[in-house]
Amino acid sequence: MTVTEDYIDATGGDWDDVIEKAQATSAERLVVNMGPQHPSTHGVLRLILTLDGETCTEARVGIGYLHTGIEKNMEFRTWTQGTTFVTRMDYLTPLFNETAFCLAVEKLLGITDRVPDRANIIRVLVMEINRMSSHFVAMATFGMELGATTIMTNGFRERELCLDVLELITGLRMNHAYVRPGGVAQDLPPGAVGKIKELLQVMPERIKVMRKLLDENPLYLARTQDVAHLNLAGCMSLGVTGPMVRAAGLGWDLRKAQPYCGYENYEFDVPVSDGADVYARYRVRVAEMEESLKIIEQCLDKLTPGPVMIEDSKIGWPAKLALGPDGLGNSPDHIAHIMSGSMEALIHHFKLVTEGFRVPEGQSYAAVESAKGELGCHAVSDGGTRPYRVHFRDPSFVHLQAVAAMCEGGTVADVIAAVASIDPVMGGVDR
Amino acid sequence: MSNEYERDRDEQAEELPAVQGRERLAAPVKRTGMFGARTTGDTSGYGGLQVRGSAPASSSRPFADPEDPRTADYDRVADALEAALGERGDAVERVEVANGEITFHVRREALLELVRVLRDDPALRYELCIGVSGVHFPEHTGRELQAVYHLRSITHNSQIRVQTTCPDADPHVPSIVSVYPTNDWHERETWDFFGIVFDGHPALTRIQMPDDWHGHPQRKDYPLGGIPVEYRGATVPPPDERRSYQ
Repeated sequence: MTVTEDYIDATGGDWDDVIEKAQATSAERLVVNMGPQHPSTHGVLRLILTLDGETCTEARVGIGYLHTGIEKNMEFRTWTQGTTFVTRMDYLTPLFNETAFCLAVEKLLGITDRVPDRANIIRVLVMEINRMSSHFVAMATFGMELGATTIMTNGFRERELCLDVLELITGLRMNHAYVRPGGVAQDLPPGAVGKIKELLQVMPERIKVMRKLLDENPLYLARTQDVAHLNLAGCMSLGVTGPMVRAAGLGWDLRKAQPYCGYENYEFDVPVSDGADVYARYRVRVAEMEESLKIIEQCLDKLTPGPVMIEDSKIGWPAKLALGPDGLGNSPDHIAHIMSGSMEALIHHFKLVTEGFRVPEGQSYAAVESAKGELGCHAVSDGGTRPYRVHFRDPSFVHLQAVAAMCEGGTVADVIAAVASIDPVMGGVDR
Repeated sequence: MSNEYERDRDEQAEELPAVQGRERLAAPVKRTGMFGARTTGDTSGYGGLQVRGSAPASSSRPFADPEDPRTADYDRVADALEAALGERGDAVERVEVANGEITFHVRREALLELVRVLRDDPALRYELCIGVSGVHFPEHTGRELQAVYHLRSITHNSQIRVQTTCPDADPHVPSIVSVYPTNDWHERETWDFFGIVFDGHPALTRIQMPDDWHGHPQRKDYPLGGIPVEYRGATVPPPDERRSYQ
């Protein structure tokens, strides 16, 4: 703890000491450290706030507490194994991470157009379910950080409905590693379509309940309206995308502007609001969930039987999984095929699993509209079976830079609302 | 004073197989052997094989490939940039179109001025910078470090890549934070992981690694690290020391 005539740095130390020393000095400004372990900072985010009474005069953000070296680690695994790493970055949007990575790899391989339709439809389907689950967490944690536990319990309850469907399709609630270069890992299992239809029936009502709880709630409005204002010019210069830029009045959505995975074939609206505040961001998110439901419904209509992995035995992951008595494991049919049916299939299986496929030299950038904004993947290949360099442009990373612009001059309570409205996930920020 | 025949001959001399072969042999060796295994001998019979990298690729006009709709807009972008740069046209060293993406390779001294033109010129209007990503090529002598920028124009719905390089011995690239404030953290990250110094950045400090960290972890000469893992009597080496196939 440092006390000068100008400010009191309250980083570390006991509050009793701080108060005692604060009374002895004429300094008006207090520098406090919020986090990296704090229930209101969305994981290990550190905020360094300079306070003048209740007013936050300076807000600085410290990150790096969850850096896991995913980008470096990927350089030592095959391209296919990369999906198991990237899915763990922003753990609330795993399927977006995987899709961005796979689109970049497919661009390098030049197979974007050869990915089967059914695989693209399934990708869109799981991404939109993922968008809903991510938005529910955004609202839930926001409520919790403001001290409203009902919003939190409701949000997590509805999110679990989405995760149940994803678990049925991919086998896991999170960290799916389901989207693979060339397609997806598995076809939809029996009963998946029925389960998604159930979700489509239940969800509109649940979203309505959420809206009823929040849309006109005077307490919620008092905490969110005209708070953490960031206008369009601010968004552009700070690189802010996703729900935050749409809440500032610009209907910019990569699904419409630069369609991928066949998004041009779906009918949906891009919700826009011009409040540019925390409330507007909430309204955009909740409206986006309703649009997601529309897209999911269209996905089910479009689903026709077909392959879900590219029909190229030099790229397409060969192993099929089947449900056995002890859980999901190797498919006996596939093993019979490679061990006694086709020698080529055995060779391809062996080569792809041990060595992986080679990706032509070059670089590519692929971006998807994740639940949080533009999630980009810059992939560089040296012609080998492993990524030479993969870099992710994570929206949370970019958006956290806007904290200073949104918080300075506001009250310390609004800092919480501002950070929560960004919906940052530190796994994605630090990678 | 050469006549027309001699000029033609000199122009075509670059395409002669002997010249191309010499260029090819001068390129750095990227991989040896059939499977790229380094830990044990290559028993494939191709142990002496040397695969060389390619010379820096460069595309010529027209940049639009009629068979690839993604490239349709690139001639317009290149024309607009050329017109906007005017006499400063030498800022762009070469243009490359690959995988449906256009890359402008830029001299690092000219980077800041170029991105300002890219942002402000009405025909270009690249409002949104996606950030900078570093790449390290230890074998590319004199241009070991690359800084790769992706820019997006919302007005024209267009996306381009701008790329610049700097040698390991002088790892300096001008900062573009004054044009794109969003690049603040991106440049700090690239400094942290690759050691590229962005001149003019307001506060170039480490962002992910601790402040007192030594080295820049995503460079190719920086080891991955890790410890051997014992499992049921067998020892599994860390990922970067395992037998691998390239």
